[in-house]
Amino acid sequence: MLSIILFFPVIVGVALAVWRGLPARAGGLVWLAATIIDLALLMVLTATAGTGVNGLKAEERVNWMPQLGSSYHLGVDGFSLPLLLLTGVIFVACAIWSLRENDRPRPQAALFLFLQTTCLGLFAAQDLILFFVFFDLSIVGMYFVIAGWGHGNNRRSALLFFLYTFLGSLALLLGFIGLYLGADPHTFDMVELSQRGAFTGTPVAAGFVLAAIVLGLAVKTPTFPFHSWLAPAHTDAPTIGSVVLASLMLKMGTYGFVRIAMPMLPDTWRSWAWVIVIVGIVSVIFGALVALVQTNIKRMIAFTSINHMGYVILAVGAAGVVGRNTAEAQQLAIAGAVTQMVSHGLITGALFLLAGVFYDRTGSYDLGKYGGLAGPAPRFAGFFAVAAFASLGLPGFSGFIAEFQVFTGSIGTVPWALLALPGILITAVLFLRAFQRVFTGETKGLSVGFPDLHRRETMALTVLMVLVVLIGIVPGPLLGMIAPAAELLVGNLQP
Amino acid sequence: MDYAALAPEIVLLAAAVLVLLGGSFLPRNRQIITRWFSLGALGVSAAAGLAGLAGMPEFIFSGSYALDTSTAVVRVLAPLATLVVILLGRHEFIGSVRESETYALLLLATLGTVVIGGATDLLVLVAGYLLASIPLYALIGLSRSGAAAEATLKTYLIGALFGVLLMAGVTLLTGLAATSSYQGMAEALSTAPVVAVAGGAVAVLIGLTFKAGAVPGHFWIPDASEAAGIAIAAFLTTVPKIGALVALGRLIEVMPGTVDVPLLVAILAVASMTVGNLAALAQNNVRRLLGWSTVSQVGYLLMPLAVITTSDGAALALLAYIGLYALTNLALFAVVACFPKRAELDDWPGVARAHPWLTGTLIVSALSLVGTPPTAVFIGKVAVFTVAWDGGMPWLVVVAAANSVLSLVYYLRLIRPAFRTPGPGSAPMDGSVPEAPRTVKATAAILGAAVLAAGVAVTGMWMATHA
Repeated sequence: MLSIILFFPVIVGVALAVWRGLPARAGGLVWLAATIIDLALLMVLTATAGTGVNGLKAEERVNWMPQLGSSYHLGVDGFSLPLLLLTGVIFVACAIWSLRENDRPRPQAALFLFLQTTCLGLFAAQDLILFFVFFDLSIVGMYFVIAGWGHGNNRRSALLFFLYTFLGSLALLLGFIGLYLGADPHTFDMVELSQRGAFTGTPVAAGFVLAAIVLGLAVKTPTFPFHSWLAPAHTDAPTIGSVVLASLMLKMGTYGFVRIAMPMLPDTWRSWAWVIVIVGIVSVIFGALVALVQTNIKRMIAFTSINHMGYVILAVGAAGVVGRNTAEAQQLAIAGAVTQMVSHGLITGALFLLAGVFYDRTGSYDLGKYGGLAGPAPRFAGFFAVAAFASLGLPGFSGFIAEFQVFTGSIGTVPWALLALPGILITAVLFLRAFQRVFTGETKGLSVGFPDLHRRETMALTVLMVLVVLIGIVPGPLLGMIAPAAELLVGNLQP
Repeated sequence: MDYAALAPEIVLLAAAVLVLLGGSFLPRNRQIITRWFSLGALGVSAAAGLAGLAGMPEFIFSGSYALDTSTAVVRVLAPLATLVVILLGRHEFIGSVRESETYALLLLATLGTVVIGGATDLLVLVAGYLLASIPLYALIGLSRSGAAAEATLKTYLIGALFGVLLMAGVTLLTGLAATSSYQGMAEALSTAPVVAVAGGAVAVLIGLTFKAGAVPGHFWIPDASEAAGIAIAAFLTTVPKIGALVALGRLIEVMPGTVDVPLLVAILAVASMTVGNLAALAQNNVRRLLGWSTVSQVGYLLMPLAVITTSDGAALALLAYIGLYALTNLALFAVVACFPKRAELDDWPGVARAHPWLTGTLIVSALSLVGTPPTAVFIGKVAVFTVAWDGGMPWLVVVAAANSVLSLVYYLRLIRPAFRTPGPGSAPMDGSVPEAPRTVKATAAILGAAVLAAGVAVTGMWMATHA
């Protein structure tokens, strides 16, 4: 079942790529249908799959290279399931958004279906080699999205993106090889490696392995100081490319922390947790401050992503600080981190779609060139306001649930995580200021004659925003999904 | 004397002689018979080599020739690679002035590679070296342009120089060990004067880098791959390496512990990958770029050799990487062979639109050389990285990883021009630019599919033999 969900998109994608005679409009519809079917299958799986012996749902395992200790091993748990569902939702939104795409729609749909498989595969993989395969393929896919459909200086940005994240992926591969050699018997299986005492190497070796893995994941996340690829890649990527990049591919990094780095090297993680906490706090503040001075809306959102991912890093770092009776706070921090991944995926996806509207209409992302846009485009202004408020963590939206948990959990183990609180304030300032500049006041500049949102645009945004509000008001089901996995991980982290 | 055990080699030799003789008597328009005969002989030789794949290791002719997995892999890979080269050279070879001679030379060079790979005696090694090198000089010169003449001369001079070095080293080692056979050599050398052994070992290893195309014996590769015919370039960047690297592995295994040969090999590996990558960055000629890329790939191939004495899986990792690399490199050259007139990167715009399948092959094989999963070389890279780390050289793995990132830049440069829209100055896409016949394109596409599938298929096979 899981394999079908995984490979269904890419099979449709190949069919689309080969079928030259297909009319452009039909290609978009096929894409949409494929994403909706995939999401439906995923929901069926969520509802029906029972938990297996390893604590994994819908587990599948085929001996692939038994002598190498690598197998085709899939399975979902409380960390991966929310992200798989997020992947399904985001790609549906992208497909709706692109229904009227004019620039080579058929290859684009094929490429995005391919990307969907890589994202799903990464979140479902239970084998390091499999994880790495999907990790790298997502980079290749995104490279072609940016280089092929981007604008501005897209070739250069795509190359920068590829080089930077490829460097990260190689560091990750080195770390994986270290984990493989450190386990006795050698294995790449994530479930086996996550068991207590799986890594038999010396603490120094474990330190280097963790450093390699953290470097690889930090580039992908990205955290300060490995973020320089993010802004150009986002600015020059096509709208839906930015959405997938921000909503899903950044999550691959943070997901790697909770899936690989923490459970497989718990002792080392505890020793170095303070470094992660500092990196998290710096990312939060740095991302917010840099976003504050941007005039390009896409760059601004890109830097708020660094800020938001900083909360996740802070939480996973704080969860590694074990004291007396901190288990509850640790669980809260991890649950907050995963909630933040989902919440950021939905909210930032919406924000990038909205940023794309600016570009589609006028070809400019410059905040200073707009003014009083609420007059000609009230629906657009409404959606932007909701997304901005959600992003700055207002209660009633998913961002609040996430950040509340992150802070409660982090401060519970590391009191000086308080230092990151101003980050929320700064994002609030920057979103309100951007909203005021663009939407309020007298209609001027490029705002004159700005067409409001079309139906398909409204639909895609509604899908995302409804979920944001839903999670904000009824977080129970999501948190219930995450809780068992968080509990297991915290149990693993105890000395 | 067990001559039957040498069937794969004898088939190649006999075929070379017959092709040469037959070609002299056949009329010009019937020379194509020699092509079919060569293809058949290569297939038979590979099949005969396949038969020995599962056998137990043994040594024949007083310990001067090994019959083991490594020899079997060389016996299969080298003829198969040459077979693909002849297929790719359809428009290049058929009807050319020296058609049958080309096939004879290719067969002889292949035979030389196989002999180098199987030799466990320094004197046999020298014979194999000469057998593999001399046809190569002639092959490079076949296209008879000014550049080809220069490349031939360069190859010849470097080949002669490194050949002399090799022979000097062989003389020294044979004298010190009182035997030229690898059996008992390690023991005999361990009591010999260290400086002399080191001198001999360095000379032999460096001599063989000419065949492997590694630093410092790499200077001829970019020139030759640019100036020679495309199929010939595919041959000389693929086939000679197969035997040379296996031979290097055998040699390193018998070097005594008194000399730190692994460190020397590791340094050569680093030098090869770095020099190859840096030089490839600035190239605009496609084949020259590919020439430098093979220099860097040999760097990765030297990694398992550096740990062949300390890591169990090193020999198998080497063989796996060689095979996967040969496949990928041939696929890349196959795409280039489809467009003989597009020599520079700037000549490629518009290809993606007109030839999506070939562009797919180009992307897949370029990314494979970068080491992107799930393509062929990715598995090879994981294997060599793992054994190098396991063998106690994690620093080498880090350097290789950094080099992989560097290599990404020029492999992407290879892909990108194909997607540009053709400008007024670039080559038009209609029939006015000669392109290769359909069979060559089909070969290229099949190779591309194989590169994509190899990740899954070949690993399974490799792992099965590993058990």
